[in-house]
Amino acid sequence: MPTGTRERGAKAPAASLSAAEIARRRIDQVVRRNGGRADALIEVLHQVQEIHGYLPLEALEQVARGLQLPLSRVHGVASFYHLFRLEAPTAHRCAVCLGTACFVKGGAELAAHLEERLGVRLDDPAGNGEWAVQHVSCLGACGQAPVLVVDGELATKLPIDDPEELDRRLDATGMPTAAAPR
Amino acid sequence: MTDTRLLRCCSASGCRSAGSEALLHALRDACGDACAENLAIKPVGCLRLCGRGPLVARDGPDGTVLYGGVPPEHAGELVAAAAGADETASLAGHRLDPGDPFFALQKAVVLEGCGRVDPESIDDAMAQGAYGQLRRCLLELSPEQVREEVRRSGLRGRGGAGYPTGLKWDTVALQPPGPRYLVCNADEGDPGAFMDRSVLESDPHRLLEGMAIAAYAVGAERGYVYVRAEYPLAIERMRLALKQARGKGVLGRGIFGTGFELSIEVRVGAGAYVCGEETALLLSIQGQRGMPRVRPPYPAQKGLWDAPTLINNVETYTAVPAILREGGDWFASMGTEGSKGTKVFALSGAVRNTGLVEVPMGTSLRTVVEEMGGGVPDGGAVKAVQTGGPSGGCIPAHLLDTPVDYESLRELGSMMGSGGMVVMGETTSMPEVARHFMRFSVNESCGKCLPCRAGTVQLASLLDRFVERRAVPDDLERLASLCGMVQATSLCGLGQAAPNPVLSTLRYFRGEYEAACRAPDRCEPRTVCVLPEEEESRP
Repeated sequence: MPTGTRERGAKAPAASLSAAEIARRRIDQVVRRNGGRADALIEVLHQVQEIHGYLPLEALEQVARGLQLPLSRVHGVASFYHLFRLEAPTAHRCAVCLGTACFVKGGAELAAHLEERLGVRLDDPAGNGEWAVQHVSCLGACGQAPVLVVDGELATKLPIDDPEELDRRLDATGMPTAAAPR
Repeated sequence: MTDTRLLRCCSASGCRSAGSEALLHALRDACGDACAENLAIKPVGCLRLCGRGPLVARDGPDGTVLYGGVPPEHAGELVAAAAGADETASLAGHRLDPGDPFFALQKAVVLEGCGRVDPESIDDAMAQGAYGQLRRCLLELSPEQVREEVRRSGLRGRGGAGYPTGLKWDTVALQPPGPRYLVCNADEGDPGAFMDRSVLESDPHRLLEGMAIAAYAVGAERGYVYVRAEYPLAIERMRLALKQARGKGVLGRGIFGTGFELSIEVRVGAGAYVCGEETALLLSIQGQRGMPRVRPPYPAQKGLWDAPTLINNVETYTAVPAILREGGDWFASMGTEGSKGTKVFALSGAVRNTGLVEVPMGTSLRTVVEEMGGGVPDGGAVKAVQTGGPSGGCIPAHLLDTPVDYESLRELGSMMGSGGMVVMGETTSMPEVARHFMRFSVNESCGKCLPCRAGTVQLASLLDRFVERRAVPDDLERLASLCGMVQATSLCGLGQAAPNPVLSTLRYFRGEYEAACRAPDRCEPRTVCVLPEEEESRP
């Protein structure tokens, strides 16, 4: 495909470019790949978030220029949807499901346990500097409730009634036992 | 089929999280060369009993045996048994009884291919009949004949509201000439619902076939599948299915040598429950904030880019190929007077068997929850069954004999919704359930209209008082009247339905709310807390 060769061509001088410049070029590519179409805004924002881990203001400005949209519109969309982050995320993230099945099976107790274990407040994006815990409304894994996602990995059927076993399961996800403030 | 020996290993996300990928690898390793000759190992979609994953079905000359919770260490024994050796005792311990009501009472129509086809192989899907009905429609039937068949089936929208599908298709088809669009609503946001996810992950080609038939019937040439971003595996499989379908020429130009063309794209949501509402979803597809607008005009008249747009839910489209194959009358022979066919439910919460069940409409809640679901684990009693997610309500145990159809559930103050069924045992507090849903609605309100944006916040803080047992008797009245206001004046269906979980728990579990008002020393000081005698508190 022609885009493939162009990408490879663009990468050659990249070694001498700053990280910011590389990110800028990648965002331009994303905009081009989506045909510069305004209706692709959400798709573009997803891909930009993959590049940066969140949506910094400069990136939103660049997307607005690329798609020929007012910044207000781009920012409006970015701030409307829950999955778009406007602040840099912590290095590790945990999402605890508070859907109805998880609620019935002790999801709230699980969230409280995580707050205590990590020394964070639920839904505080800053977390303890290293880890943050957010709630999600439903992961569609209701048959295995209660569930959570640690750095992208789903953990299911967490034993709320057995704190020791619960901690062992959480240890296995790589989650530290005590708050690790920086 | 009789002499094929096959191990079908569930590869949908429920079983994956229980380790089905490792099991699949182990099975393939254990099988080695035997696979090529007389034993095949196939990843398939949902085998229904998600709570007991990873699930494996073994097909042989003596029928099908199902296993649950199989650790990878048992792979060798499983392969040996599939090849004809005797089943070991440790393997037998993982057997699931296919005669159990959970399996025996199911009637697979939408889920026909789930657990049978390899979701990542269009060849396998086509070998099992995928796109056969699309071919027949294009070559033998007129769009009007296709719509007639769907009308006869009595199929109603499976997203929750239950609008007659045939009527909707007619409305779109009969708009003035011009472009038309097709949209599949796969933004399954109701907590407790995972039917659509399972279909997308298990049998994506059946959905695409249903969409293509619909596109032919209404004259659309472009379509979108709007999937929520929380379903990465569903998105991946849908994208793969689209690529394969284009490659086979069942999507694209000149499908089956006719003049019919159709292109379909996946659009991924970004975490907004409100985008399940159709007008919000359409705006989101166009790259905007997902905020509902007033209807009419309905999307069938003015949808994407102001063109007539057919929007149906995953399950609705997926039912279409079977309806065309077996005939509308066949589908209409199942179910009740007003609700035809079958419905898929996602069973979860305080119930022994969690997973997907597809049953004829009109099956009683008791059958689904107690017989198929096996009741509350540990032998407790069912207190309530929540249906319809944040727009539905809690149906108390004494009404479990209600047949499940659109009208009966509505009369009970709940709704069908997309099909989530969360069972609650006696330990679940109903004001807490109501607060759980209200907090959900606070989080997910799009903010466009005041009754929903502010009303849900006020309702949630009123419910806090009940949960924290500091409510006063007047709060009950306040709660009911605010619910009425939000219901009557919100702009979209989600706002109008947001009070339902409160109203239904108030209706059936009022005692729990009243009990929360009875600790006088902890009442709010600014209000005089009159502690009425039992009888006086009722008007």
